[in-house]
Amino acid sequence: MQDEEAGKAGGLKAVLTGQLRNIAPVFTLLVLLIFFSAASPSFLTADNFMNILSQVSITAIIAVGLTFVILTAEIDLSVAAIANAVGISLAYFTLQPEYVNIANLPLPGVIAIVLTLATAVAFGMVTAFGVTYIGIPSFIMTLAMMQIANGVSALLVRGQIAYNYPDLITTLGTESVFGVRWTIIVAVLFLAGGHFVLKYTRYGRYIYMTGGNREAAEYSGVNVKLIIGSVLVIGAVCSGIAGMLAVAYFGSAQQNQFDTYLLDAIAAVVVGGTSLFGGRGGIGNTIVGLLVLGVLNNGLDHIQIDSFLKILIRGLILLSALVINVYAQRLREKS
Amino acid sequence: MNAQAKGGGGVPPLLELSGVSKSFGGVAAITEVDFVLSAGEIHGLVGENGAGKSTSMKVIAGVHTDYEGEMRVGGKTVRFRSARDALDAGIGMVHQELSTVPDLSVAENVFLGKQPLTRLGTIDWRRINREAKRLIASLGLDIDPTMTMGALPVGIQQLVELSRVLFSGARIIILDEPTSALSPPEVKRLFDVLRKIRAEGCGIVFISHFLDDVLEISDSVTVFRNGRTVTSEPAANLSKDAMISSMIGRGSIGMHMGESAELAGDDSRPVVMEADAVGDGKLLRDVSLKLRAGEITGVYGFMGCGQIELARAAFGKIPLQAGRILLEGQALSFHSTADAKRRGIAFVPENRSMMLFRNEPIYKNISIAILERIHRVLLKPDAERAIAQTHIDDLQIKTQGTDMELGALSGGNQQKVALAKWLTDLPKVLILSEPTRGMDVGAKEDVIRIIKKLRDLGVAILVLSSEPETILTLADRITVLRKGVVAREFNSGRIYKADLLSAA
Repeated sequence: MQDEEAGKAGGLKAVLTGQLRNIAPVFTLLVLLIFFSAASPSFLTADNFMNILSQVSITAIIAVGLTFVILTAEIDLSVAAIANAVGISLAYFTLQPEYVNIANLPLPGVIAIVLTLATAVAFGMVTAFGVTYIGIPSFIMTLAMMQIANGVSALLVRGQIAYNYPDLITTLGTESVFGVRWTIIVAVLFLAGGHFVLKYTRYGRYIYMTGGNREAAEYSGVNVKLIIGSVLVIGAVCSGIAGMLAVAYFGSAQQNQFDTYLLDAIAAVVVGGTSLFGGRGGIGNTIVGLLVLGVLNNGLDHIQIDSFLKILIRGLILLSALVINVYAQRLREKS
Repeated sequence: MNAQAKGGGGVPPLLELSGVSKSFGGVAAITEVDFVLSAGEIHGLVGENGAGKSTSMKVIAGVHTDYEGEMRVGGKTVRFRSARDALDAGIGMVHQELSTVPDLSVAENVFLGKQPLTRLGTIDWRRINREAKRLIASLGLDIDPTMTMGALPVGIQQLVELSRVLFSGARIIILDEPTSALSPPEVKRLFDVLRKIRAEGCGIVFISHFLDDVLEISDSVTVFRNGRTVTSEPAANLSKDAMISSMIGRGSIGMHMGESAELAGDDSRPVVMEADAVGDGKLLRDVSLKLRAGEITGVYGFMGCGQIELARAAFGKIPLQAGRILLEGQALSFHSTADAKRRGIAFVPENRSMMLFRNEPIYKNISIAILERIHRVLLKPDAERAIAQTHIDDLQIKTQGTDMELGALSGGNQQKVALAKWLTDLPKVLILSEPTRGMDVGAKEDVIRIIKKLRDLGVAILVLSSEPETILTLADRITVLRKGVVAREFNSGRIYKADLLSAA
């Protein structure tokens, strides 16, 4: 009898250690929700909930692509810079008001969107080429791409601000349907699509297996270079689409307006529990991570707190998530 | 004889082991080992893999501290608690895998960990370079001590490491397989250096599989078999054949599984894959090999002879620098392992962790190699599980089901999973590196049975191993590799373990 219970407790403990990376983020989210609800009456309202979703929707689209990349044990530091460059490209291909002094190339809306998407793909292809073909570590390669994308942004707008985009993008970025902002709907579609690809397709399986043990995947005849190259392209495309919606959402396209998105997107993926060592985690984790980040950023605005302290608090939350991430990996390897 | 006379006389031997035993988890690795090393002597140590050479030397070098029996250095009983202790007592070991730092200079490598300092506490570069130059020159080498270590040939690097051991004041030097990566002129230079050190009164233990080398350099030779010292004699009294027969045991020839084999190479069988003068630009040179349908071709050689590279080149993992690989008469160049797989080539590497996903369930481990045949885009996990289940039944994999995590299986069962990957659709060519290494007897027999069944189904199989028993048990014809070159081929007739050992 006693033995049986001991066995059960052992089993429960094993489940808990095995699932630490999934349980910890959900627990964090609950604690934050309870804390902010208690601390501020304006926090727990339907309006504010929609606010939070709307605030994380752009980050969410970037984070979907980044989840693919991190699952293969690579990293993409250029996501925010590419979002910025692609958003600016979209403005570049659209007719701007006369007072905007940019030597741009106005094209019909659909063509502008297609060309802009092609820009995003091109960024991704360059990264993929550098990482898989030349063999530059993704950390360094995407750092270079970040600088390159920032350079493209700078050259296209030359310090100016652009305001006009194709109608479709303006609608998606600014309007709502049945009281829900289009950006939220697009983000949900991306999250759902990403989840589907990762969990239910052959390609998704290859991503997990490549991240889990790259050598073993290669010895099993998986073309790991193709897998890694393709996730980097997916990462760039997701960033690009996020960038297009974001410039409409912001109402303007200019340099350096995505600076916080790199950290937010990486934080969302990692706080959610996707392993930095690859092969573990997924979109489910990223969703929890996005909510943790969204609730934290939003909640801190609802309580009386030094706005400069907020930055520090975000850093500490990210650090604790990293500790749990590494610790969860170690527990797994031990078992 | 000589050594014992010295031991009995006034001068105690440099090093003496008497009745030393060591076991790992109840399994005896060495039993009652006696060993005597005199000053000014080069002492060869031979024996098969696992015969106890390395374990004995690790006891001497202070790596294994938990043993029974007695060790005396210079007549005094010692018991080392660490490798540091052994080094302080003047015992240094140069391992088979070099422990030099390729990005540092030669001089830095010589003084690694104990650089002389100036009065200001900074590194005394002038002294380091001067002293290193002197040390290296004393070994008869003329190298610039400021050169980067990695830029030097392996043979020279090894000598630099040896000079580090000498510099630390070692009087007893243990060399583990020092010649395995060396070309003949490099071997000659090493031997010149060793003779020089011997003349200075050091004692040298020379562990090697290369029996000709052992005979050439050693003053006396000790043979290990099954964890015991079988014989210890002056080298002048020994021949290569005599050593081989003590290593594998007199009278046992042909008595046990894997001691001999009747080869049945049949030239009328169609050639499926062919290596034609293949080279990898480093170790492999001019290796030609034919794999025939329904035959197992064995490639035997000591560790580091190039089997590992050959297997990878055939699976598209490392690029060829010379020669070509033909599949069914057609020259191929693989851009990736996926390419090789598509052509019907399958590979199981020597290290299971290289091709298995410990944290994933068994069925995903099996299906990863055949996903594209099960489903085009969407996954069908039930189909994967069904396929996995048939393999679990066929290969008698001991598991609680298809969803058990792979890491929970025993080594032998993991190896079966690694094989199962390739068995859903039979490959044309199956390449197996060390297929039975580290397995218990039961699992070994199962794996051997599976491989032979695949051969009978018409698969062309390449088995590469440094264990002669594995090769003799499986192969229909045998190619022996030695330092990256084909040393000998056996195609038919009865062949004994001794033949393999003397050919390699």
